[in-house]
Amino acid sequence: MSIRPLKAVLFAAALGPVAWLGWGAWTDALGANPIETITRETGTWTLRLLVLSLAITPLRRLTGWNDAIRFRRMLGLFAFFYGTLHLLTYVWLDQFFDGAALLKDVYKRPFITAGATAFFVMLPLALTSTAGMIRRLGGRAWRRLHQLVYLAAIAGVVHYWWLVKADIRRPRTYALLLAMLLGYRAFVALRSRARA
Amino acid sequence: MLIKRAPDVRSSEITDESLYLRRREFLQAAAVPVVAAAIAGMGPEARAAAPQDDPLPNVRKGVVTVNEPWTPYEDVTTYNNFYEFGTDKSDPARNVRSFRLRPWTVKIDGLVNKPGDYAVDDLIKPQQLEERVYRLRCVEAWSMVIPWVGFSLRDVIKRVEPQSGATFIEFTTLNDPKQMPGQRVSVLKWPYVEGLRLDEAMHPLAILSVGLYGKVLPVQNGAPIRLVVPWKYGFKSIKSIVRMRFVDRQPVSSWQASAPQEYGFYSNVNPEVDHPRWSQARERRIGEFLKRKTLMFNGYADQVGSLYAGMDLKKNY
Repeated sequence: MSIRPLKAVLFAAALGPVAWLGWGAWTDALGANPIETITRETGTWTLRLLVLSLAITPLRRLTGWNDAIRFRRMLGLFAFFYGTLHLLTYVWLDQFFDGAALLKDVYKRPFITAGATAFFVMLPLALTSTAGMIRRLGGRAWRRLHQLVYLAAIAGVVHYWWLVKADIRRPRTYALLLAMLLGYRAFVALRSRARA
Repeated sequence: MLIKRAPDVRSSEITDESLYLRRREFLQAAAVPVVAAAIAGMGPEARAAAPQDDPLPNVRKGVVTVNEPWTPYEDVTTYNNFYEFGTDKSDPARNVRSFRLRPWTVKIDGLVNKPGDYAVDDLIKPQQLEERVYRLRCVEAWSMVIPWVGFSLRDVIKRVEPQSGATFIEFTTLNDPKQMPGQRVSVLKWPYVEGLRLDEAMHPLAILSVGLYGKVLPVQNGAPIRLVVPWKYGFKSIKSIVRMRFVDRQPVSSWQASAPQEYGFYSNVNPEVDHPRWSQARERRIGEFLKRKTLMFNGYADQVGSLYAGMDLKKNY
């Protein structure tokens, strides 16, 4: 099976960013504001990996390469991994575990509300990512639950868009990508409903 | 912080009269290497003969100091918000190529008796350059301590004689997408515009800066001449100035135009008035791990508080 080595390569590649950040922090190569760099990089990789995981299904349909599905869970879990690092950086290095300040941020700052939403939607998806969980929940319920990834991705893009000062180009790119990936699914769903 | 009152002058520091009478000659001679380096900085040798490698001559040290460590030169010159060169912090240092620093004209017009297209060296040469170590607080909630080299804006204002109707000054940055690639994107409306109330501009703390760390100002920090208003958020310290217009109406600054509910005209550093999207109560001092409390007027409340006596600072953010 040639999937195994490919998965290993993907695994190693997905660790690249965190390895770079770790090495950069150790060698003081993350610029004048390393905490900002870490926050930004972990955030962008969360979004990138979410978008990649959402690209699997369109990829399968359009190319017929069904085995692509076997990479989806790894991509999703790595998205959650970077999301956790991103949240941890904010909670610890930005707010120093100040519970009152954190709570205030979540309800007062809309972009943080969006970010918190994205993370806490990803959490149950990560927890139910195993084969055992698919069996316990049953395929249908599991699929329904995991449609929450759409909400996570949208909340993530909104979080990004609402935090930039003026340069919305990057959040807009992610929004467009997401619109295409979700739009494709909507198109397929509507088409199959029309046929039925 | 402390503004040092002029101490008793030691006789060794008193300029010999013969030198004093020829001071313009010396200043002009000193300006030559600066200008030459700037000219050299125009061509492909820009990297090798970077103007900022030249020390500024005859800078009076310690005119204003802060009792805090200075932010390293490397950080001051590689972590910049200068969207004309790109919106990432590392973009300006990376994207300044052959930026022409001379000839550089500052147009001074509007309600003044002595308007004109002043050559920037004409504005600088009569001045005694001073080392002013100031805190700089960005609206994004990070801050630095920077040893600027410059002189009070007040000196230029007095020279051009504002008329009685002039109540504000509007400053403008260079508009040249060929030299400033970030201006090809309408992240903000170009050229960058800022403004001060005339009494704010006349305050001794407000300076026009031509250098930092004793050297000529790097392009990414706003060469050849920029404003530094340390009690306001950093975006008010407009860079690479080409125009000063004296007006009778409050100017609309670029960030104000971009998001008026987030960026006001005054933009005084104020921990009690949050940005709509984030708190301004704390800041990250570059180089420090923990965040620190933001000070009212960035720690310059004693010096500038009276400018805003009776003003509702929540309304006039």
